[in-house]
Amino acid sequence: MSNIDLSVTIASLKLRNPIMLASGTVGYGNEIAEFIDLNKIGAIVTKSLSLKPRKGNAPQRITETPAGMLNAIGLANVGVEVFLKEKIPFLKKYDVPLICNIAASSVEEYVECTRMLNEEETIKAFEINVSCPNVKDGGLQFGNNLTAVGKVTEKVRAVTNKPLIIKLSPNVSYIHEFAQVVKDSGGDAVSAINTLVGTAFNIFTRRPKIQNVFAGLSGPAIKPIALAKVLEIHQKVDIPIIGIGGIMNWKDVVEFIIVGASAVQIGTLNFIDPTAPIKILKDLENYCKQMKINSVSELTGSYII
Amino acid sequence: MLIVNSPVKEIKEIQKDIFLQKIYSPVIAKQIKPGQFLNIRVSETVSPLLRRPFSICDVDGDYIFLMFNIFGEGTKILSHKHIDDTVDILGPLGNGFNLTNDFDTAIIVAGGLGSAPFPFLTRLLKDKFDIYSFVGGRSKNDVITYNLLNVQTATDDGSLGFNGNVVQLFEKNLPSFKSKKIKVFGCGPNAMLRALKEVCIAHNINCEVSTECAMACGFGICQGCPIEATEQSDKYLLVCKDGPVFNVKDVII
Ligand SMILES: Cc1cc2nc3c(=O)[nH]c(=O)nc-3n(C[C@H](O)[C@H](O)[C@H](O)COP(=O)(O)OP(=O)(O)OC[C@H]3O[C@@H](n4cnc5c(N)ncnc54)[C@H](O)[C@@H]3O)c2cc1C
Ligand SMILES: Cc1cc2nc3c(=O)[nH]c(=O)nc-3n(C[C@H](O)[C@H](O)[C@H](O)COP(=O)(O)O)c2cc1C
Ligand code: FES
Repeated sequence: MSNIDLSVTIASLKLRNPIMLASGTVGYGNEIAEFIDLNKIGAIVTKSLSLKPRKGNAPQRITETPAGMLNAIGLANVGVEVFLKEKIPFLKKYDVPLICNIAASSVEEYVECTRMLNEEETIKAFEINVSCPNVKDGGLQFGNNLTAVGKVTEKVRAVTNKPLIIKLSPNVSYIHEFAQVVKDSGGDAVSAINTLVGTAFNIFTRRPKIQNVFAGLSGPAIKPIALAKVLEIHQKVDIPIIGIGGIMNWKDVVEFIIVGASAVQIGTLNFIDPTAPIKILKDLENYCKQMKINSVSELTGSYII
Repeated sequence: MLIVNSPVKEIKEIQKDIFLQKIYSPVIAKQIKPGQFLNIRVSETVSPLLRRPFSICDVDGDYIFLMFNIFGEGTKILSHKHIDDTVDILGPLGNGFNLTNDFDTAIIVAGGLGSAPFPFLTRLLKDKFDIYSFVGGRSKNDVITYNLLNVQTATDDGSLGFNGNVVQLFEKNLPSFKSKKIKVFGCGPNAMLRALKEVCIAHNINCEVSTECAMACGFGICQGCPIEATEQSDKYLLVCKDGPVFNVKDVII
């Protein structure tokens, strides 16, 4: 359509554009493929996979909050084996980089999952989730602990040469310290951010609205926090950043890129308008045209303070 | 599954606090089946953020109908739409009622806004089957009998019809259907559906219910709407995709 270069590179991962679909918000791709041409998307990140299938938390799992939502899905997923057997064949039909997101309750489990998935050539990179607030074991326990994040990164690095992205938790005081540990331990990039810990109560019954009590907050409500986390990492650590949190349109995407993101992921918006990622791409291209930006990657970290 | 911006053509308060909205949406009207639902974005702003699920209440030619009361912010906005304002509809979603020929009498059991999907079902069934409707609510204002046939009512406070809940009323009437091949179609709060399931299983009656659950996407990508399957204890089914209509034998409500 035009000569604007939307492609971005994150370590050795080449994407045709910076718009990725976030883990947990696109299932394994088949439902959203009814709405958009997956071949036009930069990359698709799977729902967090664990070694064994996980049933997830009991209902109620979601509730709406002002300009956001709380979820405690509890990493419901089919497990690595079923994913390889039943979900990969569908995704193979598309020419879209597939990034496998992995969640586990021990370092060994992270390593085992990566090892099992590494052989599959359709999988172009790994995103390690050390930051899910909705599971008892693993999840935030890892994401809050610098030593644990370092160890997971190092051990997973040892079993794969594919780009290794660590998805960081915003529920920490200094997120850049975690980005630094990822870099020092051999990680290629970081995703920021996962959901923030939140809760909501029914004032008449005095009971939590979410069965799990604590849940993860996502949506536009978290965007300013996510931007601040991306900026903090960009200012302190030299590592590629994938910006996530509350993106609703192309303007939000540009904002994330300006504060330091090389690419972005769209999450909650997929539930509201599954066609939005494609619209955003067109709008992003128009913005570049209007601003006379030849390559979108020039924008990364181009803020003026 | 489609996303269509469709204009509102009429809003009627069919009884106190219960609204019926007529929407021009030929493509959805052509495809949708009773028991299926739509996920509606009531406004373009980020609050309310998520779509709201609504059963398809009726279809007439190119028009579809929604039935709702004002529950919270989303339904309030919906009730304030002007003629020719649009609503952003995602649908048709879920599986509808199974309308096979293994029954000759359809029995509708509805509680409160659980009446919503049944005008459409009644429209489709009425020429071929006998239809009886049992409709309940807490009080007489909560009993919605709009476009239903052969209605008997029940209220918890006794202000209209049978004094008790609608499942008790249905059970009391069961002997009169002895010689018929019946199928029960239920919709209402999950507690009511649980009671209906018990009665139907005890009497070995074929029964399908439309279940309710908080939803985000409505088409299977968020995993937000689990329901326990009777057989598969290792995983949940999804209300939006595997339901919202289930045979009562298949799920733990
Ligand atoms: C398959 C299905 C069909 C439905 N059909 C109808 C219908 O025909 N008519 C009707 O009036 N209502 C129907 N409902 C319930 C309706 O979706 C809720 O009443 C509505 O979402 C409330 O929105 P609100 O913004 O007014 O309330 P809020 O209190 O602001 O809602 C907050 C959030 O909770 C969710 N929520 C709240 N209550 C329910 C509920 N009972 N079920 C599911 N989600 C809920 C909403 O989607 C929203 O995300 C249906 C629900 C489902 C799941
Ligand atoms: C329903 C839901 C499920 C999610 N599941 C996962 C998951 O399995 N793994 C993960 O790393 N992140 C998960 N996330 C987090 C998102 O990938 C994303 O980081 C977060 O929602 C913030 O982006 P958003 O505001 O654009 O939604 C989930 C988010 C939501 C809303
Ligand atoms: S509402 Fe999203 S999976 Fe059912």
